[in-house]
Amino acid sequence: MKITIASGKGGTGKSTVAANLAYTLARSCEVVLVDCDVEEPNLHLFFPASAVDVPVTTPVPEIDPARCTLCGECGKFCRFGALSVLKDRVLIFPELCHSCGGCALVCPQGAVREVRRTVGRVACSRPLSNLVLISGVLNEGEVQAPTVIKAAKMLAEGHPLTLYDASPGIACPVIETLEGSDACVLVTESTPFGLHDLRLAAEVAERVGIGAGVVINRSDGQDEATLGFCRERGLPILMTIPFSREIAAIQNRGGLICRDLPGWEERFASLFSEIVKIAGVSL
Amino acid sequence: MIRLAVVSGKGGTGKTMVAAALADISAVPQVLVDCDVDAANLELLFEPRRLTTEEFRGLAAARIDPALCRDCGICADHCRFSAIVRRNDAWVVDALHCEGCAVCTYVCPMGAIRMEPRVCGEIYTSATDRGPLAHARLFPGSGNSGLLVTEVKKRAMKLADGADLLLADGPPGIGCPLIATVGGMDAILIVTEPGVSALHDLGRLVTVCRRFGVRIFVAINRFDLAEDICERIEEYCRKEEILVAGKIPFDPRVIEAVRNGRPVTRSESPATDALRDLRDTLFSELGLI
Repeated sequence: MKITIASGKGGTGKSTVAANLAYTLARSCEVVLVDCDVEEPNLHLFFPASAVDVPVTTPVPEIDPARCTLCGECGKFCRFGALSVLKDRVLIFPELCHSCGGCALVCPQGAVREVRRTVGRVACSRPLSNLVLISGVLNEGEVQAPTVIKAAKMLAEGHPLTLYDASPGIACPVIETLEGSDACVLVTESTPFGLHDLRLAAEVAERVGIGAGVVINRSDGQDEATLGFCRERGLPILMTIPFSREIAAIQNRGGLICRDLPGWEERFASLFSEIVKIAGVSL
Repeated sequence: MIRLAVVSGKGGTGKTMVAAALADISAVPQVLVDCDVDAANLELLFEPRRLTTEEFRGLAAARIDPALCRDCGICADHCRFSAIVRRNDAWVVDALHCEGCAVCTYVCPMGAIRMEPRVCGEIYTSATDRGPLAHARLFPGSGNSGLLVTEVKKRAMKLADGADLLLADGPPGIGCPLIATVGGMDAILIVTEPGVSALHDLGRLVTVCRRFGVRIFVAINRFDLAEDICERIEEYCRKEEILVAGKIPFDPRVIEAVRNGRPVTRSESPATDALRDLRDTLFSELGLI
């Protein structure tokens, strides 16, 4: 089973939920936790362990000046502005390249060759005997987040139980993460910002066709608007985590409430049972 | 004119709250722009009166004409994004995955594939009592968010006539929307919080922003929730020679203000005092006062 933990708004507690759920599950079975928030991966801070890095590369064009006639076909074809054909040479902007391979295809001289360029890495570790952590890390200054997410997910393939921690937002990185999931947990907070962004995130899950449920984090008891929205949309409330300075302090220091506070391991275990219902799979 | 973007690396540290507060108490002619197009929240605090709405067209997507398609599947073989899929015994383009590269149109022997414009969101300009606002909405699941940020900034520049400050509320992260936001800015204010995640993300964000040669400032939100980690943030900033322009205490009034849909600075509170100090320090550094 594959579970994505997502949210429209940033900082609602996605990683908190993912880390605590993973820790709880790892007490009884083998779990793989994948950090798909590759722009700002944080899960390794909750699970310090030495990691093995696998580089993530993507093909980008290289021009053979001996063959290139500066005809301009590659530059004309590229929709991303990654090649610019000047009077005496071809300029390549690799960070704009989407690796579609079009330039190599259209070059009449066979002067375009694709070479591998590193855009990030995937760090693999085993912080607990039952827990494998796979973190996608986008290199600073790069924009190809989906490429790194895809690589991280690929390295996690084949495990029976996988959790994906998504990035905030509603654009391509989130779609890439949701792909192939059996259920989606949307983490929100009960403010107008949280609700506004929950609406958007719920639409994304619906568009990808994945069943979703909601975790309300930092609740101060005034959750009526969020509850109303979830009722209206048929989204089950899977769990409510109250706001408390004690919980905030544990999280700020990279702690886990399911380990450090009594009662929370049981609550995360029942969160998992609720998720299983959404996924509709039998374990 | 000074162009200032409020960003954060980690989400949820209080970017929008700080951006809205600065906009509320800036006292200089300004234009506002919401560059967090995935989850645009600035408008929730300023009751904007919408002036213009326009479609945002991202990169075109491929479409296969079933009347011309001979089912050879060459397009699917060449698509690097697995965007050409088999549905009901026919090849179709999955718009969620189509990057718009047009390789399929080139390889199709039947000329059955064309690129068609796709609407990925909407761009708005609005009036608020704190100046004009350029903002946008990305349709959930659409790509091209970086491109949309660039378009929204262009609209803001058009509205900026006579303004001394362009104030942008930025996206979280360090990827394509963030890079599109930081390009062309004079200064950025990073809102962080005392937590191990936020501190880690701050370092990555600073590395990216350094490449743009912008001036970098930091504000620490809810600094009193973990004073020891706050000290580590300040130590990091000293080492990087970044000015900590303000420290905002944890204050329940902040959540209350967001609930009521208004900037926190509309009423007196410890957070409001700290935000005024932040404004004074930041604006004097930027030559705005």
